[in-house]
Amino acid sequence: MNIAAKSTFVLHRRHLLGIAGLSADEISGLLDLAEEFVELNRQIEKKRASLRGRTLINLFFEASTRTQSSFELAGKRLGADVMNMAVANSSLKKGETLIDTAMTLNAMHPDILVVRHHASGAVELLAQKVDGSVVNAGDGAHEHPTQALLDALTIRRNKGPIERLTVTICGDILHSRVARSNIILLNTMGARVRVVAPSTLLPPGIERFGVEVSRDMREGLKGADIVMMLRLQRERMNGSFVPSTQEYFHYYGLDQKKLGYAKPDALVMHPGPMNRGVEIDSAVADGAQSLIREQVEMGVAVRMAVLEALSRNLPNI
Amino acid sequence: MLSDRRPILLANARIVDPSRDLDFPGDLLIADGVIREAKRGIHATGVPEGTEVIDCDGRLVAPGLVDMRAFIGEPGAEYRETLATASQAAAAGGVTTIVCQPDTNPVIDDPAIVDFVLRRASATAIVHVQPMAALTKGLEGTELAEIGLLKAAGAVAFTDGVKSVVNAQVMRRALTYAGDFDALVVHHTEDPNLIGDGVMNEGEFAARLGLFGIPKAAETIVLERDVRLVALSEARYHAASITCAESLAVLRRAKEAGLNVSAAASVNHLTLNEIDIGSYRTFFKVSPPLRSEDDRTALVQALSEGLLDVVMSDHNPQDVEVKRLPFAEAAPGAIGLETMFAAGLRLVHNGELQLTTLLKAMSTRPAELLGLQCGTLKPGSPADVIVADIDAPWVLDPAELKSKCKNTPFDEARLQGRVLRTIVAGRTVFEYASA
Repeated sequence: MNIAAKSTFVLHRRHLLGIAGLSADEISGLLDLAEEFVELNRQIEKKRASLRGRTLINLFFEASTRTQSSFELAGKRLGADVMNMAVANSSLKKGETLIDTAMTLNAMHPDILVVRHHASGAVELLAQKVDGSVVNAGDGAHEHPTQALLDALTIRRNKGPIERLTVTICGDILHSRVARSNIILLNTMGARVRVVAPSTLLPPGIERFGVEVSRDMREGLKGADIVMMLRLQRERMNGSFVPSTQEYFHYYGLDQKKLGYAKPDALVMHPGPMNRGVEIDSAVADGAQSLIREQVEMGVAVRMAVLEALSRNLPNI
Repeated sequence: MLSDRRPILLANARIVDPSRDLDFPGDLLIADGVIREAKRGIHATGVPEGTEVIDCDGRLVAPGLVDMRAFIGEPGAEYRETLATASQAAAAGGVTTIVCQPDTNPVIDDPAIVDFVLRRASATAIVHVQPMAALTKGLEGTELAEIGLLKAAGAVAFTDGVKSVVNAQVMRRALTYAGDFDALVVHHTEDPNLIGDGVMNEGEFAARLGLFGIPKAAETIVLERDVRLVALSEARYHAASITCAESLAVLRRAKEAGLNVSAAASVNHLTLNEIDIGSYRTFFKVSPPLRSEDDRTALVQALSEGLLDVVMSDHNPQDVEVKRLPFAEAAPGAIGLETMFAAGLRLVHNGELQLTTLLKAMSTRPAELLGLQCGTLKPGSPADVIVADIDAPWVLDPAELKSKCKNTPFDEARLQGRVLRTIVAGRTVFEYASA
């Protein structure tokens, strides 16, 4: 039997394209709704029927394991028909444009499109051309809103209200949509946000994002409640962003010693997939202070909340 | 469209001749393709028999505009723009001379291709077309193009289009060699390595959009290098499109040192800034990129002072196939022949610029730099003249644009000022038909 939803939160928007523009109330509303799904997901009967009859298409132009499977599971648990578009084998490889693909899918009347694309702004461009709701599952180095929401849920469940916390985000901020969405969300919720990275991996203008910027882990982690690590892609070595993975790990990799600069009860997060030994040491990733596995669990709940809150705003005819 | 070569009297006009800093009410008489005279009261004292008398009712009469940088697409990319369609757009925008760029296919790096463009233009275009030729063969930046022969064939200047010559040694030789022919070298000053993956101005706004930035130094470094190379040569050098305050400082020092250096900015960089990109609007993706508001105001100030010589359209037609894409993947470029004057007038209406200064930068100065006889209303000059209502308000409807591509950043923009009549070599080639 279905547990009746307690939260009646509705996201009065057609799309979720980013955290930018969301109010603190909207963020809290989504997180409160997600809390219910955390409970639901721990039961044997995990299904609801709130999206029954709805069609959700996962359109991933960039490979993803956890985000795509998490959205798939979220959609299915809410009763939607879920289709995964394997874009790597699709007409896009045959020269069809993003817009043509959007128009083609739109003709199939999906209620919700979940889209990931390697180019910043591509999801928004696609959203302009379709009739249903679009959820940004990551666009270039721009935004990854559901990741920031699941991170916020994880933080809130472990540390209480976000507004009192100091959160340090470490690593490749320049190329990271996760960092951008998190910075915006944490600032909106009133947290104190720091970023730590070598200057080559910081976007020019980052100091205008309302963050404290540091190039040193000891300084940046001091007093931190949460340490968020970002993935460093190995291709960055070729672009002269950093000289080597060894040097990067030496200065910016999170090991027990560097974690010791943060508060004793600081917790560690990582959006995955991890490069063990590059940005994070296995002892920390798998250690008692790690929230990394919990983040994955929260991912499904948050995505259910987003789908539910958006679908409540969809026309019902 | 083409009227006969009857004499034309533009009567009761506000005559602005930026070549002589004149701005007075009067009449302008055109006959046999040249300007006969411009003064008060020609109408009263009599005109040649058969003269077409046009009452301008106090509206502007000025030299036709000389657009120093327009990318056309003929030969090789006629789907983007032909010399004919570009000339229609130009005429509607008051541009009587288009200076086309050599990055065609084939590249204009051979005298026969200069000849082709000139012949093709005289057969199909309704305004003058003056080609720039390649500075280096194939625009490759490695071997000099045949500057002497190309100039003899009719090339008005030498440039590698939107490409910078990266190799300083090649640039030095190009400048030195061009100096022997008194050839103008026009250079796109942007270091491709510093551009890297950049697609818009570097800074907070790019960071927020998750787009990679192009630092101003990519431009300033090349300009600074070029100025130092010009000092080692006898060359005449023109920076094709500068965008930032730092470049103006380099330009100022070069001019104060007495070097033969000039510079242009596009009307886009004078009237728009990076914020106009908004949520990834690719019609605002241009090369070099739109900069900050501080840079824009610095450019306008420099134009006002005469430090910045030329305003050009940077007309670059791109079709929807390459514009309806995510921002980073979209082609740069904006059309501008038809809107450069109206867009530039924004600065005049805002009180940022004198009308005469704008007209000088769009006609007299480019004509001087290119060695053309136009850009003036002096008696005996070619009768390339426009009549314009500089106050007429209108909203740009892309469907009405004459260009083959509609990639205008002024899409549905409110503009003030429109060209009513364009006269090329004494013939009316465009007349605005009010609806």
